[in-house]
Amino acid sequence: MKKLAALFAFALLLAAQGASAQTLKAVKDRGMLNCGSNGTLAGFGLPDAQGNWTGLDVDFCRAVAAAVLGDAKKVKFAPLTAKDRFTALQSGEVDVLARNTTWTSSRDTTLGLNFTGVDYYDGQGFMVRKALKVNSALELNGASVCVQQGTTTELNLADYFRSHNMQLKTVTFATANEAVKAYDAGRCDSYTTDASGLYAERLRLGNPADHIILPEIISKEPLGPAVRHGDDQWFDVVKWVLFAMMDGEELDLTQKNIDQQMSSTNPKIKRFVGTEGNYGEQLGLPKDWAVQIIKQVGNYGEVFERNVGQGSPLKIDRGLNRLWTKGGIQYAPPIR
Amino acid sequence: MSSEQTGIRPPRVPLYNDPRVRSVIYQLALAAIIVFLVYGATTNAIDHLQRAHIASGFGFWNETAGFNISQSLIPFSSTISTYGTAFWVGLLNTLLVAALGIVLATILGFIVGISRLSKNWLVSRVASGYVETIRNIPLLLQLLFWYNGVLKALPELRNSYSIADAIYLNNRGFYVPEPIARPGFGWVELVFVVGIVASVAFYFWARRRQMQTGQRAPVLWVTLGLVIALPFIVLLLAGVPIHFESPQAGRFNISGGIEVVPEFAALLFGLSIYTAAFIAEVVRAGIMAVSQGQAEAAYSLGIKPGPTLRLIVVPQAMRVIIPPLSSQYLNLIKNSSLAVAIGYPDLVQIFTGTVLNQTGQAVEVVAITMAVYLTISLVTSGLMNLYNQRMALVER
Repeated sequence: MKKLAALFAFALLLAAQGASAQTLKAVKDRGMLNCGSNGTLAGFGLPDAQGNWTGLDVDFCRAVAAAVLGDAKKVKFAPLTAKDRFTALQSGEVDVLARNTTWTSSRDTTLGLNFTGVDYYDGQGFMVRKALKVNSALELNGASVCVQQGTTTELNLADYFRSHNMQLKTVTFATANEAVKAYDAGRCDSYTTDASGLYAERLRLGNPADHIILPEIISKEPLGPAVRHGDDQWFDVVKWVLFAMMDGEELDLTQKNIDQQMSSTNPKIKRFVGTEGNYGEQLGLPKDWAVQIIKQVGNYGEVFERNVGQGSPLKIDRGLNRLWTKGGIQYAPPIR
Repeated sequence: MSSEQTGIRPPRVPLYNDPRVRSVIYQLALAAIIVFLVYGATTNAIDHLQRAHIASGFGFWNETAGFNISQSLIPFSSTISTYGTAFWVGLLNTLLVAALGIVLATILGFIVGISRLSKNWLVSRVASGYVETIRNIPLLLQLLFWYNGVLKALPELRNSYSIADAIYLNNRGFYVPEPIARPGFGWVELVFVVGIVASVAFYFWARRRQMQTGQRAPVLWVTLGLVIALPFIVLLLAGVPIHFESPQAGRFNISGGIEVVPEFAALLFGLSIYTAAFIAEVVRAGIMAVSQGQAEAAYSLGIKPGPTLRLIVVPQAMRVIIPPLSSQYLNLIKNSSLAVAIGYPDLVQIFTGTVLNQTGQAVEVVAITMAVYLTISLVTSGLMNLYNQRMALVER
C-alpha cells in the first residue's frame, strides 16, 4: 500500500515538477532543507535517544542548511532504506540524498541524479564470528552471507566469490537491521557491507567482542551526497558545501577559532570567510556561507572525528579520508 | 438497456433524446476521457523521465543481473542470468509458496472449522482458541515470530539435529536426501501413471454402480492401492532403482540433498496458519448454514456421523463456503508479498526490491509487478468461480 502510494505520488510529482526544478529557491522559500538520510547506521545517520540525528551524513545536511539558510537546525531528516533512497530523491521528497551512497557510473547516469563529491572513501568488508576461526575472506568458500538489498554490496559480493571460484549462499534482506539480526541469530556465517558499516553494526551485536572484521576490502565504495540531475545551481551549492568543509580543515579553521579568524589577513582565509570577494553571492548564497558551516557544524575533520573517528564509539582510523596534505586522498578545489 | 427490459419499442424521439443513443454517447465520451488521461499520464511520465535523465523502457530485461538469489526453482547464476530470469525466479517462488500455502491452509482450515463445531468440549475450545488468537494478531508479526523465534530456537550447524547423517535440521534450514532416479525407475513411473488412470476409471465405475444399485464401493482403499501400493511393489521388484544423494556437512554449510531454507518455511507456516484461521470460520459458517434437519434426517436413516458430514452436510455447505474461500485464497496470494520482511526471495523481494534498485526503473518494475499480481489473482478467482458454478445449486 505504501509502495503504491509512493508510486502514485512519484507519478504526480514527476508530472507536476518538471526537470529543471529550482531547488535552491524552493529550499529558501520553505525555510527548511529536506535531507534523505540513513536512519539506522551509527556514525552516518542515526537518531539518538532524544531524537537528535547524529552522523557524518547528517552533519553534511546540517552544513548545507547552515550555508543556505544560515541555521544548521533547519533540516528535516527522512530516514530511507537502501532500496527506497533513489526514488525519494527522484520524486522530490528530499532535496539532498546523504545516505552513505556509493558513487557508481550507472547510478550517476541512469537514475536521474548527480553525485556531488565523496564524503567518505569506503570499501566493502566482511564480519564473521571469531569462533569460526576464519582469518581471510578467501576462506569463506561455501559460506552463507547476509546482505542488504539494493546495494552495490550485493553485486560486489557475487563478483568477489565468482572471481575467486568460491561457492556462496546469499541471504538478502530489505534493511540492514534485518540482515544484521539474521547474522546475529546464526542464519549466516558472515555479514557484509561497507567497512564503516561493519564497525557500526558490530557495536549493536549482542557481544561485539565475539566478532571480527576480516582484513580484505573487496571493492571501492566512494560514499557521497547526491542531488537531482538537471538543477546545476543546486548541484554547485551542495558540491561546494563539502569542499568548504574540507578547505576549512586545510586552513585550520575550526568551530572554536572561526570567530577570531574572521579578522585574519591570510588571503585564503579572507576569501573563505567572505571578507574578500563575493564567492557566496556567486553560488546564490549569503556572504558568510562558509563561516556558518564551520561555526555551526565544524570542518570536515571535526565532523569525521566526532561521528566516526576517535571521538566516537566507532573509532575508525581516518585512513584514506585524511586530507591530501596529511597522506590521505581528500582534496578539495580552492575557493577563489 | 432499459428498453430491453421493458420490451416495448420506445416512442419516436429525436436521436439526441433517444436513451440508447445517449447512453452510447456518454459511454464513448467517458471511454475517450479515460484513454486521454491514461495516454496523457503515460507520455507525460515518459517525457519527464527523459528530461530528468532517468532510464526508461524495458531494455533492462535482458541485462545481466549480477546478484545472487538464495532459493531458485530454475537455474540462476549471477554471471549469466538476466533481470528477466530474476523475475521468473521471483514469480515461481511466489507461486510455490502461494500454492503450498493454499493447500495447507485449506486442510488445516477445514479441520479447525469442523472441530469448532465438535460436541467434544475440549476440541471445540481448542479450535476456537486457535481461531481467535491467530486471526487477531497481524500477519507481519506472526511472520516475524516464525522467522526470528524459530530461527533462534534451532541449533547451529555444528549441533544440528540429524538422523542417520542423512536428515539435518539447524538454523540454516532443513535438509533431506534427494532421490535420484536410476535406470529402471521408469517402470515405477509407468505403473504410477497407470494406477492413476485406473483409479479414475474405478471412481466413475463405482459412482455409476452406486447410482444404479445403491451399493457403495471402497473407492478410497482401491485408489490408495492403485496409486501408492502398486508402484511401491514394482519399486521393490525392480530392486529399488533410486539413489539417494545425502546432504553433506561442509565447513560452513550443508550441501547437496533437498534444502528447505528457513525463510521459506517461516513464510509458508505463517501464511498457512494465519489464513487457516479465516478459512475455519468460513467453513463453520458454511456448515451452520446447512439446516439442522438435513443431519437429523440422515441420522434417522441410520447414516453414521462421519458419512453424514462428508456426504450430506459438507456438499451443501460448499455452496456457502466457496465464494468467501476464494477471497481467502486471494488474500493468501497477496499476503505472500510480506516475504520482504523475512528475506524470502519472492517476486516483490527480488523484483521490486533488488531489480528496481539496481535498474532504478521504478515505474516499469512496479507496473509489471502489479500486473502480475492482478493476473494471478484474476486467474485464481476465475478458477474458483468455475468451481462455484459446478457446485452451485442447480435449480430444475
